[in-house]
Amino acid sequence: MKIAVCVSQVPDTTTKVKIGPDGKTIDPAGVTYIINPYDEFAVEAALQLKEKNGGETVVISVGKESNKEAIKKAYAMGIEKGILVKTDAEMDSYTVARNLADVLKEMNADVVLFGKQSIDYDDMQVGNITAEMLGIPSISVVVSLSIEGNKVTCEREIEGGKEIVEATLPVALSAQRGLNNPRYPNLKGIMAAKSRAIEERQPTYTENKTEITGMKMPKSKPKGKIVGTDVSAVPELVKLLREEAKVI
Amino acid sequence: MSTNYKGVDYFNIDALLSEEERMIRDTTRDFVTNEVIPVIEKHNQAMTFPRDLIPKMAELGFFGPTLPAEYGGMEVNNVAYGLMMTELERGDSGLRSFASVQSGLVMYPIYAYGSEEQKKKWLPSLAKAEKIGCFGLTEPDFGSNPGGMITNAKKVDGGYILNGAKMWITNSPIADIAVVWAKLDGVVHGFLVERGFKGFETPQTHGKLSLRASITGEITLQDVFVPDANLLPGVKGLKGPLGCLNQARYGIAWGVLGSAMECYATALEYSLSRIQFDKPIAAYQMTQEKLVWMLNEITKGQLMVYRLGRMKDDGTIKHTHISMAKRNNCEIALTICRMAREVLGANGILDEYPVMRHANNLESVKTYEGTHEMHTLIIGEDITGIPSFRVDYKD
Repeated sequence: MKIAVCVSQVPDTTTKVKIGPDGKTIDPAGVTYIINPYDEFAVEAALQLKEKNGGETVVISVGKESNKEAIKKAYAMGIEKGILVKTDAEMDSYTVARNLADVLKEMNADVVLFGKQSIDYDDMQVGNITAEMLGIPSISVVVSLSIEGNKVTCEREIEGGKEIVEATLPVALSAQRGLNNPRYPNLKGIMAAKSRAIEERQPTYTENKTEITGMKMPKSKPKGKIVGTDVSAVPELVKLLREEAKVI
Repeated sequence: MSTNYKGVDYFNIDALLSEEERMIRDTTRDFVTNEVIPVIEKHNQAMTFPRDLIPKMAELGFFGPTLPAEYGGMEVNNVAYGLMMTELERGDSGLRSFASVQSGLVMYPIYAYGSEEQKKKWLPSLAKAEKIGCFGLTEPDFGSNPGGMITNAKKVDGGYILNGAKMWITNSPIADIAVVWAKLDGVVHGFLVERGFKGFETPQTHGKLSLRASITGEITLQDVFVPDANLLPGVKGLKGPLGCLNQARYGIAWGVLGSAMECYATALEYSLSRIQFDKPIAAYQMTQEKLVWMLNEITKGQLMVYRLGRMKDDGTIKHTHISMAKRNNCEIALTICRMAREVLGANGILDEYPVMRHANNLESVKTYEGTHEMHTLIIGEDITGIPSFRVDYKD
């Protein structure tokens, strides 16, 4: 089985993001980057598929030199081969997908895995667009996965429940939290990753279909209010929760 | 309390680390955040060691990681090893102690002083933690002065007969193998004493108010026959055990910074949310002074062990360097934990926060592996040429 997993690098969830002076990009100063958390579920799924079915695993990323850290993390977890489509340009979902698809076309992967979304821009599009470009079915927000022969069965999260979806290989899947517990890279994997090279490629397409014209920070949360400190405050609290916060 | 913990790195020491050093640190940090911190206080109260974590730690490669791959090691450098120790001790000093003993006090002497057969027999299974080891040097009446030890070995046909008693032995009650130091014709030698050897007992030490999530015991040796093949052939004299202690002390110098960082991070977070007189206590100068002192000492300690690690890797390290780092970092870490308790006020004594546990643990760590006082005298001897602790010293 040939398994490809696509990863991106995103600002650490604990980083306080600031908008840059141009008003439409993030100020990179002081931002630490991590592998997109949903992509870790995808990497783990790739490793489990390989452990069960044999075959080979490839990690692909489109982005800056620093995306190599995400590839190295995937290596340390056990992925064998990595490709970086290297670009400093800000690419939209379509352009990222097109570059991924161009790499994947020649690869003929049986399974292409994604995180369900990257936690920076939250577009939730790259997996589906890539699948469309490859002409293969796409199943998103996957929380359980089994592949028997050619048949793929997934459970995916829907509002208020789950649905069960079947497809045949080749397939694109995007991973949701709950699909698995990503392994910690062990010291053996980390040391082995050190000597494993990353293949660099030039982007095949750079025209964005959309343009970011501005970014805004959310309004800061209003300050909390202390209504009282004992039981006498309860009626007032209930009133405020009902009339002001409108939550009961 | 440790959600979103990203370490303490005011001087961007990260920039001095290699990619694999950072990855090893991060993998240990994630393991501790997810697997250790949620359960450790329960173990601390129950006086149990989280034994179910041992196979996971072995799988991650935490035991003997600096050793060559042929013996089950990962060939990581000493800075990566140190960073690992910092993260483990952020969880608990007992956890770090477990790793220190297995790696620095059991695997190291077998690797450095053992025969090829001993290395092949023991090291891979110790790395996988299929076997657990302990280290017997300290005796009831000989702590800082191990050269006075009473435990002795007598040569007999096919091996040795060991007699004596060891005390304060981390992991002895659960150990499969003990590296025991005993005098043979007046000279200290190392012996591998295996569980099941007749006359070898390891009663547990009860009533500890420190390192409660770590198992401590004694070793008693009553006419224990140890075969010839279990003598460590590569070393004679006190330099044997002292060489091991250097490994463990090195790990402690890094480790205790983890306790200090956890307590500092807890105090900082608490001070920003605790309101008194209508503002967070972090807004008061006396709190800020405490927080700054903590961070400043952590940063100095980090720079010290970073340099120490690079010297260990390039072979220029001296045991006195290790003494200084162990001495300094234990001292400041303990003070930081106590200071964090002050910042947390009454809440600081609760088990909801990690500060009392760390502070209590560090009372042991400041004393074991060479007391604070002994390290002072070791450095004192180094700079003056005068060994103040030798009873036979005459000018």
